[in-house]
Amino acid sequence: MDLVVRLRGAVALTGRFPALSGADLTVQRGEVVSVVGANGAGKTTLLRLLAGLVPASSGEAVVLGIDLCQDPAAVRRRVGLLGHAPSLYDDLTAWENVRFALRSARVPAELGPAALERVGITGRLAATPVGGLSAGQRRRVALAVLVARSPELWLLDEPHAALDPAARSLVSELVEEAARGGAAVVFSSHEPAVALASSDRQAVMAGGRVLDLRPGGRRAPLAAVGEGGSHVA
Amino acid sequence: MWRDAVLVAGKDLRIELRSRVALWQVVPVAVLSLVLYGFALGPGRRALAGAAPGLFWLAVLFSTVLATQRSVAIESGEGTRDGLRSSGIDPAGVFLGKAAAVAVELAVLQVVLWAAMTLLFGVHLRVGWLALVASLLATCGLAVAGTLYGALSAGLRVRETLLPLLVLPILAPVLLAASRAWAAALAGSPAAGVSWLRVLGPFAAVYLVVGVVLYGPLLEAG
Repeated sequence: MDLVVRLRGAVALTGRFPALSGADLTVQRGEVVSVVGANGAGKTTLLRLLAGLVPASSGEAVVLGIDLCQDPAAVRRRVGLLGHAPSLYDDLTAWENVRFALRSARVPAELGPAALERVGITGRLAATPVGGLSAGQRRRVALAVLVARSPELWLLDEPHAALDPAARSLVSELVEEAARGGAAVVFSSHEPAVALASSDRQAVMAGGRVLDLRPGGRRAPLAAVGEGGSHVA
Repeated sequence: MWRDAVLVAGKDLRIELRSRVALWQVVPVAVLSLVLYGFALGPGRRALAGAAPGLFWLAVLFSTVLATQRSVAIESGEGTRDGLRSSGIDPAGVFLGKAAAVAVELAVLQVVLWAAMTLLFGVHLRVGWLALVASLLATCGLAVAGTLYGALSAGLRVRETLLPLLVLPILAPVLLAASRAWAAALAGSPAAGVSWLRVLGPFAAVYLVVGVVLYGPLLEAG
């Protein structure tokens, strides 16, 4: 078993309050795990913990064989996080944003154009300051960074939110491609049915803990997932 | 570290060039403050010439606060700070890059301010090298200390009002030393100005080292 994530009783604080209060989760290479739960259940904190952006105050938190408490910087270089708000500069163009992100991550910027093309940001759109792009297009630009970086662990915080069906389908395709390429994927969602269909397992969170792990329906080839959770051929 | 610094400085300057905040807000505010100082002091050329170095550096000092706030604001967008942290970029490189971008903006501002001051106050530099060295050291000091305190206030909701309170007293030695060095450069007495360079140099060096060491923890804490 090639474990990418191993959490045992992980506690993470937001201010003085535990946003995670003893979370347990394991994720294997090539596996897609969805995380669902009500607002405040701890989904975003879980993803940020796995990204090395929030420290674990107690418990065990190991990502890619690295103890997050010991060396979060080493973990950050190998994981990719798509947060609620994409990490983009409004005054830079889509291409300039991708180039900056790749150069900062020591990834050849030459991979950027193909990644932008993969997410459908081409021509005039690639040369447009991202402040002038729609929310969905901005999310595509952020996804292009992940595609080019090709991290070993993809962490996506509500990646389908506020996207049109084509963009939702693209996200599902990219998740599938990443998993088939050997990466592990953890994504949060407010749509349990959609998430369950496109993941191997689904973690149900409440009160900062993983209460239940359900088997998902991902093993069937996923062409596209439409709104409402129906598979679109 | 240096590679990251160049990357971040290039990014910040590109953003400034495109948004034109520095060009259309910081520079006009600085020039306007010079004009208003002139109004406050009255039309006497002698009084204006005597006060010119202090007024010049006061305008630069307040512009440093504006430029620093702008530099902090670039990274305050939801997600961009996390993006920097998760990119694996060297925090010391981020500090140096952001400080370098602020320094470039302040250098351009000083050229414009100098031209305005010559025009409005009728002053002329007699020891150019002294004014240049003082400007270089003061600009470095202002940029590194401003960037460091900008990072300190970055995570706070009241940063716009807190930053001037934090940084203006800290920058007072630069205001004093740069004004005195420039007064000496205007008066044509380099010996009197050189001693003030000995304040500006160590100030810049100390804040440079402190910033390189502390910026990482501040970025994490913010």
